[in-house]
Amino acid sequence: MANPQSNTPAAGNSLTAQALREAFYAGLVSLGLFVLFVGLKTDQNIRNELILVQRWGLLAIFIGVAMVGRFITVAYLRPYLAARKASRDAQVADTEDGFVKRNFSKLAVLALVLFPPVVIALSGVQGSLKWVDNFGIQILIYVMLGWGLNIVVGLAGLLDLGYVAFYAVGAYSYALLASTFGLSFWILLPLAGILAAFWGMILGFPVLRLKGDYLAIVTLAFGEIIRLVLINWTEVTRGTFGVSGIPKATFFGIWSFDVSAPNNFAKAFDLPMSSAYYKIFLYYLILALALLTAYVTIKLRRMPIGRAWEALREDEIACRSLGINTVTTKLTAFSIGAMFGGFAGSFFAVRQGFVSPESFVFLESAIILAIVVLGGMGSLIGIAVAAALMIGGTELLREMTFLKAVFGPDFTPELYRMLIFGIAMVVVMVWKPRGFVGSREPTAFLFERKAVSGSFTKEGHG
Amino acid sequence: MASTGTTMTKDSILKVEHLSMRFGGLMAINDLSFEARRGDITALIGPNGAGKTTVFNCITGFYKPTMGMITMTQKSGKSYMLERLPDFMVTREAKVARTFQNIRLFSGLTVLENLLVAQHNTLMKASGYTVLGLLGLPAYKKAAAASIEKARFWLEKADLIDRADDPAGDLPYGAQRRLEIARAMCTGPEFLCLDEPAAGLNPRESLALNTLLRAIRDETGTSILLIEHDMSVVMEISDHVVVLEYGQKISDGTPEHVKNDPKVIAAYLGVEDEEVEEVIEEIEDVVETVEEGKH
Repeated sequence: MANPQSNTPAAGNSLTAQALREAFYAGLVSLGLFVLFVGLKTDQNIRNELILVQRWGLLAIFIGVAMVGRFITVAYLRPYLAARKASRDAQVADTEDGFVKRNFSKLAVLALVLFPPVVIALSGVQGSLKWVDNFGIQILIYVMLGWGLNIVVGLAGLLDLGYVAFYAVGAYSYALLASTFGLSFWILLPLAGILAAFWGMILGFPVLRLKGDYLAIVTLAFGEIIRLVLINWTEVTRGTFGVSGIPKATFFGIWSFDVSAPNNFAKAFDLPMSSAYYKIFLYYLILALALLTAYVTIKLRRMPIGRAWEALREDEIACRSLGINTVTTKLTAFSIGAMFGGFAGSFFAVRQGFVSPESFVFLESAIILAIVVLGGMGSLIGIAVAAALMIGGTELLREMTFLKAVFGPDFTPELYRMLIFGIAMVVVMVWKPRGFVGSREPTAFLFERKAVSGSFTKEGHG
Repeated sequence: MASTGTTMTKDSILKVEHLSMRFGGLMAINDLSFEARRGDITALIGPNGAGKTTVFNCITGFYKPTMGMITMTQKSGKSYMLERLPDFMVTREAKVARTFQNIRLFSGLTVLENLLVAQHNTLMKASGYTVLGLLGLPAYKKAAAASIEKARFWLEKADLIDRADDPAGDLPYGAQRRLEIARAMCTGPEFLCLDEPAAGLNPRESLALNTLLRAIRDETGTSILLIEHDMSVVMEISDHVVVLEYGQKISDGTPEHVKNDPKVIAAYLGVEDEEVEEVIEEIEDVVETVEEGKH
């Protein structure tokens, strides 16, 4: 490949000459194209006669844009892109990954831990509420859900369109048990996970005989069944009204976040009353839960069961020929994924203080699945980035009030989020068909840990 | 050439009795009986569509036979009715491993990981069904290290040690064949079923395969049953050959015996029954001239 950005003046001159020449041709072509469309326009005058309006000025602008655009493309843009590509190729060959890239996950965790103090320092205790709650907690819930679903879809390759059902089971387990029996959050959190895992197994038994599209449809139906049960079993779930007045979580029973409680956190530390402390507590809680999900996933991937999941994704028949019981392997993937969904669900209930079937519609499943696919199936970092982009992007759209100045006062940007999501997904899938992180980290190595390119891994078929 | 002197003392490891498999109106296998002896390489040959792969699928539990009995007798004397076991139990309990005609590797996992997946059941037990392993107990760590050593052993045997950390899908075809055999061996089988292991291999790779199969038989004492079209492989390494045609056994014996069996020749060359005698004479002539040429 000839490098167009040579430093010799002769080459520079010839490049300019070529650019001028191409700009001239572009001008000619656009003249031919636009002279009748733009240069001349038929119109009616006051006496209803057909007249020909001549718009040479407009035509000149069109041609001018075409020529200047062509000139810039040939003279500057193309050499710049070629040079960048060449330098990137050269870099790949000789340098190792930078410090940030090598320690990305550690730095990311550190940044997440430091997020609330930094926000408080920047915008005060009361001002931090929006950032910690709307952005931090909201994104982390979806990161956790994405990581949970990743076990089922990304590792075991089982397409589950009804993941939100387990989220709902977790949320209602906490909501109902806490408001009926007054049990504490710390008892109900594991219980919600266990119940969700149990439902994962109940669903799993009949469903796991199915493969691919059939499995997807049945899981989708299961998600809807759970939602319809929640709506219609009004004696227990209070139907569409939902369960409200769900008790808040406490700091392991030491401090409470209820305003009236004697051991209120703010009172104990002589701080001014604010709901921000509770939100910050919840932020760290969901961060811990999400990190637990990631830790367990990383650990399990190196265990025989995790390898069996991935092998199942690659080839189920080969798995059976190696003596792996595929039914129990699928069931464990389903129920462990469901368990994390249940944890996230009970956290959701504690955070909202209110649950209703409306929070568990199919769209939620679709968003979680979209996060997993966008992030790159199986990749924890990719999924976290995808969740931050998708959920953070939605929240950011709410913030963009300046758009009202452009599009008028009736414009509500968040109504366009699905449109933007759609476009973004198409763009990402064209640009990176395997998601943000397409490659796979091997779980064991003899000499050297080499990432497996996404072109070898399969998406699973069952 | 295979040793024939000891075959009399060898006991049978796999006994197939009156095996029949029907797909709708098609009788894929019809009353087939044969025996594979411990420590032997038994070859199952026959023209295309003779039902060889169906026999394999019945033995390894992927098909449930319509009729018949398949008995696997382990070294310990324990025996299993393979036709009653689900497919994964055939490998896990009865210690029968298999490979596939169209290679089925976990292409997105590395070569090493492929071999570790094959040791799933041992590792599962060692990890206390994941629970104890998650706690990081030393027993699991030891088992994990041992599994890597076992994988390394088979990688060296299959001459794949240099590619251990590459994705399995990235290997050339011949290496994928060897990896599939190594993976089957990592399940610790007593009886190994290979479905056309030499298909698509060039002569050099074919030779490497022969060496690997002999090493498996001689060093681990694993008995092998293989389907093969490549006669150079069959005649070279097998101790015992079973010939199928239209789902029925037409010949059974040493490679020498089978090679000269008129029925086999007729099956492969496709001649009328009356002409068989003529063909035999012709073949004998050819064999004589060839042997004269050798001397």
